[in-house]
Amino acid sequence: MAGPHYDFLIKLLLIGDSGVGKSCLLLRFCDDAWTPSFITTIGIDFKIRTIELDGKRIKLQIWDTAGQERFRTITTAYYRGAMGILLVYDVTDEKSFNNIRTWHANIEQHASPGVNKILIGNKCDWDEKRVVTLEQGRALADEFGLRFLETSAKANEGVEEAFFTLARDIKTRLIDSQPQEAAPVSLGADRRGVDVNKQSNTSQGGCCS
Amino acid sequence: MPFQPPTRPHSANPGMNPSIFPRTVSSSSVYKHDQKQQKSSSMSSFGKHSASAEEWEDAWDSSSDKEDDPVVGGHTGGEQMIKSKTVPIPLSKPSSNGNGRVEESLVIGSWNSNSYHHLSPPSPIKPTSSGRPNLQTAKTFSEGTIPPIPGTSVPEGRHDAAGSGSRSKLPPGGAWEIVEQSEIKEQDEEDVPLPEKVGKEAVKDDVEDILKDPLQLLSNLSLDTPQTPSSAEPSSFPFLTPGSSYPQTPSTASSVLHSPEQPASYSALPTTPRTNTISSLKKEGGSSSLGRQRSVRTERKREKFVRVLKGRNEAVELAELRKLAWNGVPEEVRGVVWMLLLNYLPLPVQPRLTTLNRKRKEYTQLVDQYFGRGLSSLDQQIWHQIEIDVPRTRPGVALWSCVQTQRSLERILYVWAIRHPASGYVQGINDLVTPFFQVFLGAYIDTDPELFDVAHLPPHVLQAIEADTFWCLTKLLDGIQDHYISQQPGIQRLVKRMGELVKRIDAPLAAHFEDQGIEFMQFAFRWMNCLLMREISVKCTIRMWDTYLAEGADAFSQFHLYVCSALLVKYSERLREMDFQEMIMFLQCLPTQSWTDHEIELLLSEAYVLKMVWQGAENHFANLPNGNQGQFGMLGR
Repeated sequence: MAGPHYDFLIKLLLIGDSGVGKSCLLLRFCDDAWTPSFITTIGIDFKIRTIELDGKRIKLQIWDTAGQERFRTITTAYYRGAMGILLVYDVTDEKSFNNIRTWHANIEQHASPGVNKILIGNKCDWDEKRVVTLEQGRALADEFGLRFLETSAKANEGVEEAFFTLARDIKTRLIDSQPQEAAPVSLGADRRGVDVNKQSNTSQGGCCS
Repeated sequence: MPFQPPTRPHSANPGMNPSIFPRTVSSSSVYKHDQKQQKSSSMSSFGKHSASAEEWEDAWDSSSDKEDDPVVGGHTGGEQMIKSKTVPIPLSKPSSNGNGRVEESLVIGSWNSNSYHHLSPPSPIKPTSSGRPNLQTAKTFSEGTIPPIPGTSVPEGRHDAAGSGSRSKLPPGGAWEIVEQSEIKEQDEEDVPLPEKVGKEAVKDDVEDILKDPLQLLSNLSLDTPQTPSSAEPSSFPFLTPGSSYPQTPSTASSVLHSPEQPASYSALPTTPRTNTISSLKKEGGSSSLGRQRSVRTERKREKFVRVLKGRNEAVELAELRKLAWNGVPEEVRGVVWMLLLNYLPLPVQPRLTTLNRKRKEYTQLVDQYFGRGLSSLDQQIWHQIEIDVPRTRPGVALWSCVQTQRSLERILYVWAIRHPASGYVQGINDLVTPFFQVFLGAYIDTDPELFDVAHLPPHVLQAIEADTFWCLTKLLDGIQDHYISQQPGIQRLVKRMGELVKRIDAPLAAHFEDQGIEFMQFAFRWMNCLLMREISVKCTIRMWDTYLAEGADAFSQFHLYVCSALLVKYSERLREMDFQEMIMFLQCLPTQSWTDHEIELLLSEAYVLKMVWQGAENHFANLPNGNQGQFGMLGR
């Protein structure tokens, strides 16, 4: 088994309506790729990327969920273990924007208290089809007290920033504030990797709490 | 008036509200364009075709022996191309060189409009053994450009083949590479990969007969009588009633398809390569003994199918058909066998054709009923989901990039969803449509359905394929209804049972999962929701469904459970070496994409053994001393 070449493990979750581009955001962030016709996500998907923040190597374990209502039963099971959630809508699809309220309510109901969140308006490069303005997005984010960014997975705009912003918030909340307990998982032996995963699977607050 | 996808939105089709098909402009223009091309080049290219008809026949015959060895035969090249999401389009008809070999050049166009796969690094043209360069070319379609519909981009090649151009005449634009295919030269004549036919030339001669009676496909397998253009003679099935409920073949289509009324004008057409008869096998004098053994075995299998499908006492024996189909159905009769196994086509001869006609008509009426008042009258929630999922169904595959195929898929999904309100449309059902559509389409054409542009089919044939697909999908989904209703209890139950079964058959793996915190739901949910269609190719899925359909009505839940379990424990050793993250990554992208029928058959037999051992034994679990008694109750369904 491969060893953990990282200091911290952060688990993220992508939610939002079907077709808003959750999988494309993930593909862009993890593989720096884009495809116009991504197959639909069934249930949940999973990708990882290790980033560096303030000199620490942070492994992001990102769960991508199916947006269709019918899969809500299976996807909500993943809310609990998430340390950060990306709420995604499509700036060319008003309905997906309106449904953010429902998604936010789902978070309140199923996620761990205090989970970090960010609102993302995707497909911002598609000017001629845009129906949700930047201001509308910002207003909704303010209402819920969320961070907010517009992104384009296609044009690779704002994607890095979105994930990094969320990761930094989580690091601040869970790691920097609790230096004692947060004894970072060392870069040491292989077996530690297992422990990281075990711990993060059972813990609610995160890998280090 | 039934719907006619390819002619929409013209007023010639008053039954349909043109407004419900907002994106048909391109389709009809493509269709027209192609007719024009066809007029100018069809006869000459057919003439060319005729010259090498025998070679086609032999090569196609060997290439269709897929169930024996997928590596042997002319399909290999085509399959590799599909894997790399590229579409081979014949640039020219095969021409015979001095050695009697078939040469061809291929245009490989990526349908994934912004991704492009290099097939091999560019290399300079080298003379081949026959003194001529063998060209393989690849073209990039840059982002934002619309990939050409197969067939519509071919005419340049057709003209080329007809002698109007030289081999170096390549379609303009894009990047080209010329590589040597020396390995092709080394192969025997029958192994030479042929260019896939993607246009009208791929449509079978007797398409009208097959339409009226799918058992007409049997004539393709007839073992004693030599094949003649079948519609020139009356059907071998006396119960075939003349005349159909469908509109006559439009005159546009009759330029390539002869209807039963006008066979004479097509006397110049070569016999299509679909005649997989013993007589054609006999011609392969030079083939290896291994190949001959395979052919003989395949031929015996076909004989058995012919015998069973012809039936006795005016009916097909279901038990016999199931027994045969379990081990795989020959491609030539797969469509009709599936229809019979699903009880869509009645087993007794008597009501068969009337039932078929009635069901197709009924579907047409349903489409009219739901779509007749325009898109705005549809259930917007369902329609929106279908609309965004259809382009995401098998993206990059030529067949599923066709406008008409996409419209068909939309209608199938919507009509099913609206008639099943407890589930509605659930993502993944779109995947389940594709095997049916491809198998039924395959009955009418002589090429890989995935490369075919359905615009080349007469509209009423496409309607029939759509209707047959709809009803067979309905039959399949009837057996797994609780997979897709609220909370998806069917899937939840199956995943749980799978966990228990794996605990029994591979305790170390189950323990490792538990140790690492892997839950079956994390990967097996999709295995159940899409019936493994995200894990294995459509070609393999089709082979798998031969067995599922032979297993019976509940195979898509019950037998599937054993298939999934067998699949998982196949990788037990590797999985036990992995940690949580590696396992999740591995399980969501299994190394099964390159599987062939051989691996599928192995998996199916492993599943069968599991089923034999464990089915019905579930009640015993509760009494096992070391078991978790509470949990084993779940195994009892």
